[in-house]
Amino acid sequence: MNPPDLKYSKEHEWVRSESDSVVVMGITEFAQDSLGDVVFVEIPDEGAELIQGEKMGEIESVKAVSDLYSPVSGKVIKRNESLIDNPELVNEGPFEQGWMLKMEIKDASELDNLLSADDYNSFLKSGA
Amino acid sequence: MSGNDYQSPYTPNTDHDRQQMLEAIGVSSVEELFKDIPEGYTTDSLDLPPALSEPELMAYAQELAASNMVPGDYACFLGAGVYRHHIPAVVRQITGRSEFMTAYTPYQPEVSQGTLQTAYEFQTLISQLTGMEVANLGMYDGSTSMAEAALMAARITKFDRISIMDTVSPLYREVLDTYAQAPGLKIDTFTSSQTELEEGTACLIVQQPNFFGYMEDMAALSKLAHDNGALLIVSADPISLAMFKPPGDYDADIVVGEGQPMGVPPTFGGPFVGLFACKQEYIRQMPGRIVGKTVDTKDRTAYVLTLQTREQHIRRERATSNICTAVALIALMSTVYMSSNGKRGMRHVAELCYHKAHYAATLIDELPGYSVKTDETFFQEFVVECPLPPSELNEKLLDYKIIGGLDITAQVPNGMLVCATEVNTREEIERLAGALAEIGTGK
Repeated sequence: MNPPDLKYSKEHEWVRSESDSVVVMGITEFAQDSLGDVVFVEIPDEGAELIQGEKMGEIESVKAVSDLYSPVSGKVIKRNESLIDNPELVNEGPFEQGWMLKMEIKDASELDNLLSADDYNSFLKSGA
Repeated sequence: MSGNDYQSPYTPNTDHDRQQMLEAIGVSSVEELFKDIPEGYTTDSLDLPPALSEPELMAYAQELAASNMVPGDYACFLGAGVYRHHIPAVVRQITGRSEFMTAYTPYQPEVSQGTLQTAYEFQTLISQLTGMEVANLGMYDGSTSMAEAALMAARITKFDRISIMDTVSPLYREVLDTYAQAPGLKIDTFTSSQTELEEGTACLIVQQPNFFGYMEDMAALSKLAHDNGALLIVSADPISLAMFKPPGDYDADIVVGEGQPMGVPPTFGGPFVGLFACKQEYIRQMPGRIVGKTVDTKDRTAYVLTLQTREQHIRRERATSNICTAVALIALMSTVYMSSNGKRGMRHVAELCYHKAHYAATLIDELPGYSVKTDETFFQEFVVECPLPPSELNEKLLDYKIIGGLDITAQVPNGMLVCATEVNTREEIERLAGALAEIGTGK
């Protein structure tokens, strides 16, 4: 269920490389399933500078409000505006229409800090 | 009743029970449970008078209570944040019902529809009164509502300066100072002669009517706040809102207030209920409880606590606010007050307050040595400059069975803040003027 071409963080975010310096990120199927119905997503504005592993937004479901962490460092170049009015897109397609940010990354080597799909699957199995 | 045989009916544990409990946890005496308290901080005996029997105790308490000077026996012209208004009998009748009196936080909507419905009605009425889109189920009191509004403005704007007008109640200002400490917010005092706010100001806080009873120019202050990128927070008297423009009309962002004037007796300062309303776009940063209206699986109207995920029982230390218990019963008093008075009744109360206060102001202003600030619009309170210190005046007024206004010498030389509401009779107002005249001329 976790696409093999993506990178994953232990905070359950995914990263897709569009080019050497541009990535798209969102939260994983596991994350959306654990959260339940998402009712509100707060993500940074375009132009915001984010740092890998630091809090960058909030996601609220009927069960909880959770922090969102930036899986890489860089600048937000586009955000998924549809999520503001239709936060349920995160539940419907976390890897597709529920994407959150498009970012210009600073340091591609940061991607090496993330997990492969296989490693993320074992991380989930280990009861994270 | 001889010594150790006496078993107080209010202490359910017998010596035998206590002994068993101590044995179960392996401790030899009750004193041993307190051994963590360092030596020097404990005391062997307290210097207390001998115990009284229940009837003796009641008589003693009544004797103490009788030395209070209370409105009713005395004509009272004290306001300054807590106001006496007539409370319709239906308020106590309904709020005294055990279904409301003993209810706990309605976490289980399936067994709490009645409580939740009254909460929803409270929110609706506060929204209508303030002209704001959303209101919560209440805060501790007006002062904590105002301080929480400042924290909320800082969260929304991500600025850390709070600007507060110098005409806001000094007591509310103290509460704000306390709340601002931990998050490290800087507080600036704003005076009406200023034309701009410091850079990076989250909000401008204005009280309407202000602490001295007078109306501020809200349209101008609203524009000034918004032009400077700050939110406008209004701390409003709810009764005045039935007569003057509601804050929603001049684009306030957050409206707070003390709910006490609506159906809650002064009761020596509490418990009260803080009003809290804001624009819909800020609802996720609003502290406190919110009850929503929805339908159940069979399409029947249902009420339920909403946005709970931001409260501390779920979000712990990252909750929007540390407010815990709701003041639901007090909020219910205000709900019954508002709904039994209705729109016309509320307006009638407000107009009576306005006219009584203006009658009092006119009489006092004519007295030799007294001067009333009447060049600005006021509601039910006004400032009197007295010929002698208000502390002395108030002491002498007691001989006339009158509780005078608040001594505000700190703000206005020989200043007294006088309040008259609909419960002050014409006779009382004339008695006050007569007494002030006599005291002022030294008779």
